[in-house]
Amino acid sequence: MPFDPTDIMKDRLTDIGPPKYDKFFPPFIKDNYGKWKYHEILEPGVLVHVSETGAEVYTVRVGAARLMSVDLIREICDIADKHCGGYVRWTTRNNVEFMVDDKSKLKPLMDDLKSRGNWFPIGGTGASVTNIVHTQGWVHCHTPAIDASGIVKAVMDELFEYFGSHKLPAQVRISLACCLNMCGAVHCSDIAILGVHRKPPIIEHERVQNVCEIPLVIAACPTAAIKPKKVGDYKSVEINENRCMFCGNCYTMCPALPLADGEGDGIALWVGGKVSNSRVPPMFSKLAVPYIPNEPPRWPTTVQTIKKILETYASDARRYERVGEWIERIGWERFFEKTGLEFRHEHIDDYRLAMTTWRTTTQFKF
Amino acid sequence: MALKHATPMLDELEKGPWPSFVTDIKRVAARKPMCEDLLGLVEMSYEHKEGHWKHGGIVGVFGYGGGVIGRYCDRPDLFPNVAHFHTMRVNQPASKFYTTEVLRKLCDIWEEHGSGLTNMHGSTGDLILLGTTTDQLEPVFYRLTHELGMDLGGSGSNMRTPEGCVGKARCEWSCLDTQDIIYDITMRYQDELHRPMFPYKFKFKASGCPNDCVAAIARADCSIIGTWRDKIRIDQEAVRAYVGGELVPNGGSHGVEKRKLDIQKEVIDLCPTRCMEWDGKNLKIWDEDCTRCMHCINVMPRALRPGTDVGATILCGAKAPILEGAQLSSVIIPFMKMEPPYEEFHEFVEKMWDWWMEHGKNRERLGELIQRLGLREFLKAVEVQPDPRMVNTTRYNPYIFYDPADVPGGWERDAKSFRERHHA
Repeated sequence: MPFDPTDIMKDRLTDIGPPKYDKFFPPFIKDNYGKWKYHEILEPGVLVHVSETGAEVYTVRVGAARLMSVDLIREICDIADKHCGGYVRWTTRNNVEFMVDDKSKLKPLMDDLKSRGNWFPIGGTGASVTNIVHTQGWVHCHTPAIDASGIVKAVMDELFEYFGSHKLPAQVRISLACCLNMCGAVHCSDIAILGVHRKPPIIEHERVQNVCEIPLVIAACPTAAIKPKKVGDYKSVEINENRCMFCGNCYTMCPALPLADGEGDGIALWVGGKVSNSRVPPMFSKLAVPYIPNEPPRWPTTVQTIKKILETYASDARRYERVGEWIERIGWERFFEKTGLEFRHEHIDDYRLAMTTWRTTTQFKF
Repeated sequence: MALKHATPMLDELEKGPWPSFVTDIKRVAARKPMCEDLLGLVEMSYEHKEGHWKHGGIVGVFGYGGGVIGRYCDRPDLFPNVAHFHTMRVNQPASKFYTTEVLRKLCDIWEEHGSGLTNMHGSTGDLILLGTTTDQLEPVFYRLTHELGMDLGGSGSNMRTPEGCVGKARCEWSCLDTQDIIYDITMRYQDELHRPMFPYKFKFKASGCPNDCVAAIARADCSIIGTWRDKIRIDQEAVRAYVGGELVPNGGSHGVEKRKLDIQKEVIDLCPTRCMEWDGKNLKIWDEDCTRCMHCINVMPRALRPGTDVGATILCGAKAPILEGAQLSSVIIPFMKMEPPYEEFHEFVEKMWDWWMEHGKNRERLGELIQRLGLREFLKAVEVQPDPRMVNTTRYNPYIFYDPADVPGGWERDAKSFRERHHA
C-alpha cells in the first residue's frame, strides 16, 4: 500500500522505534558478541579484534565529512558489498568502518579504498587527530556565529598528516560548535572551535510582541540583562548592553532579537577537555583564544593557531598525556609562553563561580 | 554541466586531502536544484559571514510532536529551491551498524523525496536527512516506517534518541550490553521520545566502560557507564611479554613498531591511585584501591581485562553551557547491575522523570534543577541514600540545612522562656 495523501491517517505506523541493533550485525559480530579477548592496531586506521573463539575481525576506519550525499553513501555501499558482505558501520565521531573476517581480505579492501581519490582517507586510530565532531553551521542552522563544514574541512586539510599517523602523545579530539549551545562535544574536547558573537542583539520593537513570549525571553538570559519595556505602543524588551555577553539564547527564544554580525562574529578556541576517566577524571575545555575573525573559505588564522597549539603540545607533552593533562602539569603561564598565545582579560572568568578559577596560591612560574 | 550559482569561495574547499563536502554536494546538485540553491545560499553566507536561515520553523508528522526540524531560508527570492529545507531525524540502529540493503533503500527514498543530502550522523546519534519540503514529510515518514521499519528520532522537549558505544559487538572492555540497554530504553519510552512532555530535552547515553567512547558523561542527562566490582583479570605471561617487547603497548596506538614497555614509567607511575607494583616478574594490583580508570588496561589490552562482576555507574545532569553553565554528569548510583529486563533502572528513570516533570521550570535541564533544589532533594526523589562516592569533596561552607524533625525539640520556641534564662 503506497502513501495516500487524501487519507493521511490510513495505515499509519507509529512508535516502532529503530531497527533492532543486531538486525544489521555482520555474522562474525553476532557470533562473537561479548566474546572479544583483545585488539591491536596493525597500522593507522586498521584494527584487529580477536575473539575467545579464535575468530578475528579486521576493521578499516576511514574519514568522512559527516555531511554526505546519497551518492557517497551508495559508493560506501558498493565497497561494503564488494569486500564486507554488505555490512558497514559509522563511529561516534562520524568516521566509517569497513570490517572483514579474514586477513586475506584486508589488502584488497584497502587498495580499493585508496584507489577512489581522496574520499576514504584511512586513519583516525590511536594517538592521532581523528574526525572533528561538528554541527550545522551556515548549511542548516539559524543561530550560528560561524560555519561548521568549511572550518572542519580547512582544519582537517592542514592537520591531515596527523589523521593517518600515530605521532602524537595521545589521541587529540577536536570539535566544533557554531554557537554557545555547543551541540556536540565542544565543552569536553582537547581542542575546541566555538562560534561567538560580540554585539548585543538588535531589538525589532514592532515585532517582539507578535512573535515572542516576552517572559520566556527574559528568563532565557543567563546574566539577567533583559527587562520588559514599553516602546511607544509596543510591548517589547530592553537589553542592558553592559550585562549582555552575546550568548544568543534570547534569539533562540525570540526571532525579533537577531544578533548575527559579519564583522563582530568569529571563533573562540578552547583546550584541555576530555571525557574519558583514564588517569585523570573528565575535564572541561578552557579558553585559549577569545576571538579570531571569520575568514571564509579557509579560516587561515584559526587553522594556523590550532596547528600551533597542536604542535607545541606534540613536542612538549609526555606519552599518554592528553592536552589537558599536559597543561595541568606545566601550568597555564607556561602554556601561553610555549604557544605564544596572548593572555587577555577575556581569559579570566567572571561568571558565578569565577573565584574558583583564580590562583589562590603563591605557586606559579616566572 | 555548469551549476546555476557561481561559488568561488566554496570551490576553494574542493582542494586539499580531506573529503570535500562541496565536491560531494556538487555531484548531486547536477540533478537536484535544491542542492544547487543550497550551494548558492552557503556561498552567500561566506560572503556576508552570516547565516541565511530564518528563525525556527514548526513542522512535523501527524501523531508526533518532534523528529523534524523545520527550516526556511531568508532569501527565497534568490534561492527558491531551499525556501523549505527541513531536516528529518531518523532513529539509527544502536551503534550504527547497517546493511547496504537498508542504506540503499534509504538513499532511494531520500533522493525521491528530499535533497539527497544527509548527516551521517547527528551528534545525538540520529541519521539526519537534510533538506526537504513540508509536503514530503508525511510520504517520507510513511515509507520509512512501512518499507524500512525505521522510525523518527527525537527533537524538542522530550527524550532524545539514545545512543551507546560499539560495546560488546566489537570491544573486549565492554561491561554492558550497550546496544541492548539503548534499544530497551528507546522502545520502552517511545511515547516520551515522540511526544514532548518534559520541561526540556532529556538524553540517555551508554558507554561500556570508563573510556566512555560515546561521551555519555558530557552529553547525556543520564549517563550509563559500564564498570566492574571485582578484580582486574591479569595474564602475567602477557605482562612479561609487554615488558620484554614481544607485544606492542597500547595496542599500537603510539606506533605499531615493537618496543619494550617501561612498565614502571608508563603504567605503575601513571596509575591515579598508585595501587600497582611490578617486581620484575609479576604485576600486583591492590584492587580495593583501584578506581577503574582503564589506563593500565588501555596500555596492556592483552594482559589486563576488566573484572567479571560487571554493571553500570549511573551519573546524571550533564549539559552544555546554556543557561547556568556546562555540567558533567555526577555519580548518583555507584553500581547497578544492568541485566534484562532492567527493572531497577526503569524504576530509577521514572522516579527521576516524575520529580523533574513536577519541579522543573520551562527549559530547565535536569542538571540545573538538581543545582537549584540540591542533590539532597534529587536523592530523596529517586530514593537513593547519600554515599561518599557522590562527591569529590564534602562541602567547605557551613551553610547546612536541617529538617526540624531531626532536631531535638523542633523549631517552635518561646521567647518568654528564653528570656527567663537570659535577661534582655
